[in-house]
Amino acid sequence: MNSSQGNEAKCLSSNIRYNAHSTVHLICVLTSDAHRIIITLGLFGINMITPTTSSITLTEKMQHILARAGLRRSRFRVRPGLYSLGNPNSKSHVFVTANYGLSFDTLRRALSNIDCYILVLDTKGINVWCAAGKGTFGTEELIHRIGEVKLKDYVARKILILPQLGASGIAAHEVERRTGFKVEYGPVRASDIPQYLQNHTTPNMRRVSFNFKDRSILIPVELTHMFLPTIILMALLYFLSGPVPALAALLVVIAGLLVFPLLIPWIPTPNFSTKGFLLGSIVAAPLFLLAFLSFPSAIWWKKLGLAVPYLLIVPSLVAFITLNYTGATPFTSKSGVKREIFAYFPIMFWMFLAGVFIGTLFRFIG
Amino acid sequence: MKSKYLETTLKYDATLCTGCGMCSTVCPHGVFDQTDGMAQLARPTACMECGACALNCTVRAISVDAGTGCATAQMIASLKGSKEPTCGSGCC
Repeated sequence: MNSSQGNEAKCLSSNIRYNAHSTVHLICVLTSDAHRIIITLGLFGINMITPTTSSITLTEKMQHILARAGLRRSRFRVRPGLYSLGNPNSKSHVFVTANYGLSFDTLRRALSNIDCYILVLDTKGINVWCAAGKGTFGTEELIHRIGEVKLKDYVARKILILPQLGASGIAAHEVERRTGFKVEYGPVRASDIPQYLQNHTTPNMRRVSFNFKDRSILIPVELTHMFLPTIILMALLYFLSGPVPALAALLVVIAGLLVFPLLIPWIPTPNFSTKGFLLGSIVAAPLFLLAFLSFPSAIWWKKLGLAVPYLLIVPSLVAFITLNYTGATPFTSKSGVKREIFAYFPIMFWMFLAGVFIGTLFRFIG
Repeated sequence: MKSKYLETTLKYDATLCTGCGMCSTVCPHGVFDQTDGMAQLARPTACMECGACALNCTVRAISVDAGTGCATAQMIASLKGSKEPTCGSGCC
């Protein structure tokens, strides 16, 4: 947690304390960006519920696109607390979600024509599953938030519906023991909630998917992160070593970040590193040929010395990128990734180093 | 090296199971099945060690070394010397 988030917690607790004599409270929210201070003037009487709707505005749609591209993602937050959708009463459902804008919007969009409450936990602007893994979408925060919004004053039905993926941070029995609220886990995807409410839950609703669409959604974020470093690297390589190394850098990024996510299920090896080595070798082959042919006047062993580095560097770099892709997938395990790092990272490291050494050596000889 | 999917830290003690079905409900990969009012470890190799089943098991019949399956987080954690890898504030 950084200092600004600490400030936020301090600021919120000192200002949203309910006071029956005063109806005006200043809510000061310091966002994670220390330079930007959002001050919201809120009017609060007895009611601490914020009304919301299930429709998504054009501005919000723009925010979704930016968030999917990894831009301004950490600022895309909603205020933790209790929200009302439609006209809920004491028998209405209570749904729980994270305070990441996309999580909140996905939930309320799925709840059109359902009168209900939405309890938003403070997950520091992180989605439900990742926040559950970190513990911020957790038992303690849920119990704290139930008390903070005085949820018992609004509902007679003491049942909370949580997203299934929140379960890795929440101990349902512990929440019930300490608050009296029973935790029910809804489906993985918010869009299945209407069916879930009619007791039509299928096994498929309880499984995470990682189909072609799910995988392609992840590409823009990766590209945003890698765009500038790639351009700089290409420019450096172009001026230091020429056009072929610059092209190689571009192909490594395209293979690792664009092609690999789409091809994961079809690359026929069991783990990410070997998939990367295989894909990298396919990319390296034409570069090897190109490098070999671009020195027509050199002796064959010099040509070989200048071309072989591509076969060492390109697969090792693509494999390194794909190994790091494990974090963006919903099925890799902690122990599995650990084994993979120990088994394959040394190979990547030495292949890369050998490639750079041979390439540099022959450039000086040549 | 064998496929990582063949090994998992997930452990299940069937003698403790009360058959509440919570493990099957929370698992995003269908690792547990319910047969004859008892949980069965049906697909252990699909486990991603998220820890949801163990955390929601009232009788502690399940244990797993839960954590993130992210190479970046693990490499950063080992560089920093911290034992528990987590993503940074800018990550997911």
